[in-house]
Amino acid sequence: MTNIWYHTNWRGKAICLLLLLAFVAAPIVADRYLLSVLILVFYFAYLGHAWNLLMGFAGQLSLGHALYLGLGAYTATALWTLFGVGPWIGVFIAIPVAAAAGMLVGWLGWRFAIEGVYFALLTIAFAEFTRIGFDHLGITGASAGLFLSVSSEGADKWWNLGGGPLLYYYISLILAVAATVLVAGLRQSSLGYRWLAVREDPEAAQAVGINIFRARMIAMLISSSMTAVGGVFYGFYYRNLFPSQVFDIGRSIELILAPIIGGLGTIFGPVVGAIILTPLGEGLTGLMQSLGINAPGAKLIFYGIMLMIIISLRPDGVWPWLARQMGLNGSRK
Amino acid sequence: MTAITLNVIVQGVLTGLVYGLMALGLSVIFGVMRVVNFAHGELTVVAMYAAFLLFEMLHLEPLIALLPIAAAFFGIGYLLQRTLISPFIGRAEHEQFILLVGLATVIVNGVLLIFGPDARPINLPYSFDSYAIGPLFIDKVRVLAAVAALAVAAALFLFFRYTRTGTAIRACADNLTGAAVVGLNVKQLYAVTFGLGLACVGAAGSLMATIADASPGLSQAYTLLAFTIVIIGGLGSMMGALVGGILIGVSEALAGFYIQPSMKSMFSFALLIIVLVLRPQGLMGRRL
Repeated sequence: MTNIWYHTNWRGKAICLLLLLAFVAAPIVADRYLLSVLILVFYFAYLGHAWNLLMGFAGQLSLGHALYLGLGAYTATALWTLFGVGPWIGVFIAIPVAAAAGMLVGWLGWRFAIEGVYFALLTIAFAEFTRIGFDHLGITGASAGLFLSVSSEGADKWWNLGGGPLLYYYISLILAVAATVLVAGLRQSSLGYRWLAVREDPEAAQAVGINIFRARMIAMLISSSMTAVGGVFYGFYYRNLFPSQVFDIGRSIELILAPIIGGLGTIFGPVVGAIILTPLGEGLTGLMQSLGINAPGAKLIFYGIMLMIIISLRPDGVWPWLARQMGLNGSRK
Repeated sequence: MTAITLNVIVQGVLTGLVYGLMALGLSVIFGVMRVVNFAHGELTVVAMYAAFLLFEMLHLEPLIALLPIAAAFFGIGYLLQRTLISPFIGRAEHEQFILLVGLATVIVNGVLLIFGPDARPINLPYSFDSYAIGPLFIDKVRVLAAVAALAVAAALFLFFRYTRTGTAIRACADNLTGAAVVGLNVKQLYAVTFGLGLACVGAAGSLMATIADASPGLSQAYTLLAFTIVIIGGLGSMMGALVGGILIGVSEALAGFYIQPSMKSMFSFALLIIVLVLRPQGLMGRRL
């Protein structure tokens, strides 16, 4: 991080600091709705970072990150509703649960040389398998869902991850910033360089003595653990969980859009992607409402078209291009 | 084996053949172009709605409507490849993936916008007829659908085996550079391939409409189903797609009958995981 920070020119530093300051101060002027949009921006930036570690750095396409999101969410919320274990402790149980699942997927995939599309399908299969499993798991409410009470003792206290929008706003902001710092640090570490080597040319990486399997497994470990933390946030923010929603392949897809649109394998890509995509979706909803159009699919149609346009015109993502336009030497990041 | 189990298995085989035809389209597209069509189920559902509309408006039986729908889908596929997908050939997998996810999103929500979320059944006069063979009772619609699926698949086999265009497409799949060197028009052949893949989808969708009610909610499940089948059978293997379809059809039917209908796809995914780990090239795949 120090390294990257050192090499960023004054404009880059100024923009970074101003943006951060603006986000920290935003609640002074922003209303509830704007805060809820910003929470989603940070949430997707955070999850985007988690996924980008595996895909952007280690070069392994996962389309089943909903598995770790859902396991994290379900573990923490079930511990709270069933045993009264608060989320700040629950998160430390949610992480190993999701990480174990990640390790299993990674081990099965990479031990047996399943790569590319095949690996992506393996991750989908595990997520879908688990989704249907949870649909029939009575203890967490099966397909009828798991609900967090808002009226029980202490449910609205911050130490139980309950309360007003400000709490979630700052938690999601801290998560997003911390993830950015972590990713920047990892990128500069020897592990980061090993990941890039493995991504670019696995055989050559192996020839210079890098343990490919281990490098990928570490990426999966960090990625699934981070996603689990996002899942805990998801569970306590929305306060209801349905297997058909949290484990859905739609979840896996939505969390990979920000890093792909922003720029795979870059440090600020997931953030830029989330800043572009989330308000776009929200703005469309608002526009449709104000025009009095009640067309349930129209927003997603536009979303799909935007995706196709962006990937056709800027396949490397928006961030590298934006960084060049703004004259930041961060474009190499 | 009891008569009931045998009944369930036969139903599974028949449904599986229709699944297999759908997956065949995916397999052909991937086998030749290495493009993973993530909008496969969405397009299948569009074909189901087409069959529904033709039946409602012109009283055209899905088995006959299959022909114009498959022809129209060939055209759609040809144009899609020519315009949208062609620039993405040979690009990174995740880029193709995003493009097709975008397409899938547009399609499924377009269907939702036009037809609404309700299921649209096709009520054929023989919908509830069945043949009795010894202890077996077999639904007439499933038999007809399975026979038609086999016929379409056979036509495709013959096309690839015996026609010049079919041979040329196989050449592209085997060795792209070699195919280009001997002067084959690869772009044109790719567009034909995508068209053929979608013709399978059009045919499979028309047949599917007779055994399941069309609804936008089916799309993603069908995309995953097609992938599961193709991976189990072997990506790029035509025979594998049909075998995988039958396998999944039977496993779904058995799990649906003996365990719980809502858990049937869990077994498909378990099967997929097992095949991926033990034989990643699929049951009939040649190589990875």
